[in-house]
Amino acid sequence: MERILDVKNLEIDFKTYAGTVHAIRDVDFHLNKGETLAIVGESGSGKSVTVRTLMGLLASNAKIVGGSVDFEGKDIVQMSEKELTHLRGNDIAMIFQDPMTSLDPTMTIGKQVAEPLRLHTKISEKAALAEAVRVLELVGITNAKARLKDYPHQFSGGQRQRIVIAIAIINNPKILIADEPTTALDVTIQAQILELLKEVQEKIDTSIIFITHDLGVVAGIADRVAVMYAGKIIEYGQVDEIFYNAQHPYTWGLLEAMPTLETKSDRLYAIPGTPPNLINPPAGDAFAARNEFALAIDLQQEPPFFQVSPTHAAATWLLDPQAPKVTLPPEIQRRHQIWEEKFANKGVNA
Amino acid sequence: MSEPEVLLSIRNLVQTFNPGKRNEVKAIQDISFDIYKGETLGLVGESGSGKTTTGRSLIRLYQPTSGEIMYAGNDIAKLKHGSKAMLDFRRKVQMIFQDPYASLDPRMKVQDIIAEGIDVHHLAKSEQDREQQVQALLEEVGLNASHATRYPHEFSGGQRQRIGIARALAVQPEFIIADEPISALDVSIQAQVVNLLKDIQDRQGLTYLFIAHDLSMVKYISDRIAVMHYGRLVELASADEVYNHPLHPYTQSLLSAIPVPDPSLERHRKPIAYSAAEAEDDGKQRDLVEVYPGHFVFASEDEVAGYQNAAKESHGTQSVSQEQ
Repeated sequence: MERILDVKNLEIDFKTYAGTVHAIRDVDFHLNKGETLAIVGESGSGKSVTVRTLMGLLASNAKIVGGSVDFEGKDIVQMSEKELTHLRGNDIAMIFQDPMTSLDPTMTIGKQVAEPLRLHTKISEKAALAEAVRVLELVGITNAKARLKDYPHQFSGGQRQRIVIAIAIINNPKILIADEPTTALDVTIQAQILELLKEVQEKIDTSIIFITHDLGVVAGIADRVAVMYAGKIIEYGQVDEIFYNAQHPYTWGLLEAMPTLETKSDRLYAIPGTPPNLINPPAGDAFAARNEFALAIDLQQEPPFFQVSPTHAAATWLLDPQAPKVTLPPEIQRRHQIWEEKFANKGVNA
Repeated sequence: MSEPEVLLSIRNLVQTFNPGKRNEVKAIQDISFDIYKGETLGLVGESGSGKTTTGRSLIRLYQPTSGEIMYAGNDIAKLKHGSKAMLDFRRKVQMIFQDPYASLDPRMKVQDIIAEGIDVHHLAKSEQDREQQVQALLEEVGLNASHATRYPHEFSGGQRQRIGIARALAVQPEFIIADEPISALDVSIQAQVVNLLKDIQDRQGLTYLFIAHDLSMVKYISDRIAVMHYGRLVELASADEVYNHPLHPYTQSLLSAIPVPDPSLERHRKPIAYSAAEAEDDGKQRDLVEVYPGHFVFASEDEVAGYQNAAKESHGTQSVSQEQ
């Protein structure tokens, strides 16, 4: 499969009053052409920081300490501000979480949607507005031509997110980054926006990086999933591998903590404790303190990635041949059973 | 089983903002329901459905336009501000808010945030008693006694929500309105807070009104669920009933939109579209009608038979699990 983006050994620090926060600690991942990669993890795990790096949008107190981001043969980390300006909103575009704050309230939506086109190409205002109408119709804004002169407050939350998507796709970007694009929306509107993203992806043939903490959303939209914890990716794989054959105890915890509509038991599983402080990241596996399956070695030495299949790997000592066999939580057993029945024998992943 | 005791009884509650003006908003349009002692009633619906307004009207943060809110023999809607009865009511009913960042005063220490209600209602005999109460409350919500002298910014979102819960518990309430208490928290922390709320309810016999738009969490915590849309209650039944046998088309649409953490199911899930024009806004007179034991649907006279048949049919296909 052709890779459109390759992130290698990315390390990012933030200078704060309390000390240096090691927000991203050696992150490796890639994005295949035409796929949707979901990055999941809780607040502070580094998922937003990671994708902001891809667009050169880091805060002023952030420093890329090491690593590279290869996009079409060029390293984004080394790019000049001029090169980044050319990249942003053109080759790589972003859809933000809150459609209330990511639109300019004082600018007509026609101008806002046409803006990336006017910035990146030599095009007359008239032609750009005509193009804006086309994209707005593509994202499902009815009567788009008549609404070009309307302002954001005249649209509902769902419509605003559609407009934000229109702005992101007007230049047919090669990569679309969606940072929790549906978190602020109601579930019925969320369903519409997710459907729209799938349609748009097909129509403009783009690759998507989707950030969320909602595993339900991931199950519906992702081809592959990367799970982040404390500034690291700790497990990645195809969507079925993550949901039915997860290997890292943190991924188990996330899956267990989601109440499904079938959840009957009296208590909900909760991952105990809170994520570690990344000013002084713990030695060994950062999740060890919250992990009921932690081994002695987890506290001393960081686990390497163990390959589960050609597309699936997890950084946990439990996959080491010497590790003791553990009894999986019931919910994970149920999922692994689905894996055995449905996927394991299909020969794709021996 | 004995009849459950009614704690709060809402009759024909109407809440209109800016009545008679051009920007009039009919946030709640004539709703009636009961909340039973010791239960958790989940109130769900999309933004603008009136669920938060309902919670705020119940506690008299708004003055209801019309209707009755009966609590322990008093009509809350008629209580005078500053009266003894009002103060007493405000102690018995507490609220937990959505945003754990905005709902705690950043300049106050945790002990003073928690004890503010204790001070207002003179519930502490001495300075020492106050301190002991605060420490017991911190323990109750899973925090350390040493946290008492810290400020809100020193805590994570989940811990702050625990402080908010301790503050609500400080005045020994009977009834807690939790307005989206977990929507601002991460998934792994949501489960911790929900478990905590359940534990406290078991220990103290509290009654909850749990307002949320996340339907999977609501099902988990609620005994009964009320579904709101456009300021009306469109369906009210036990949690299992609502999820396994949803009758109103809006409820069906809402349930069909929930993404499930299961890729195989997600590939086949098709959200059902809902048109309010057919089930709510066609000008017919509608009321909440009991179409199956304990199961109420917002229906017009000519729709009742259809819903009754649908309920029977839905129950016929699965083994009946009545929780009444």
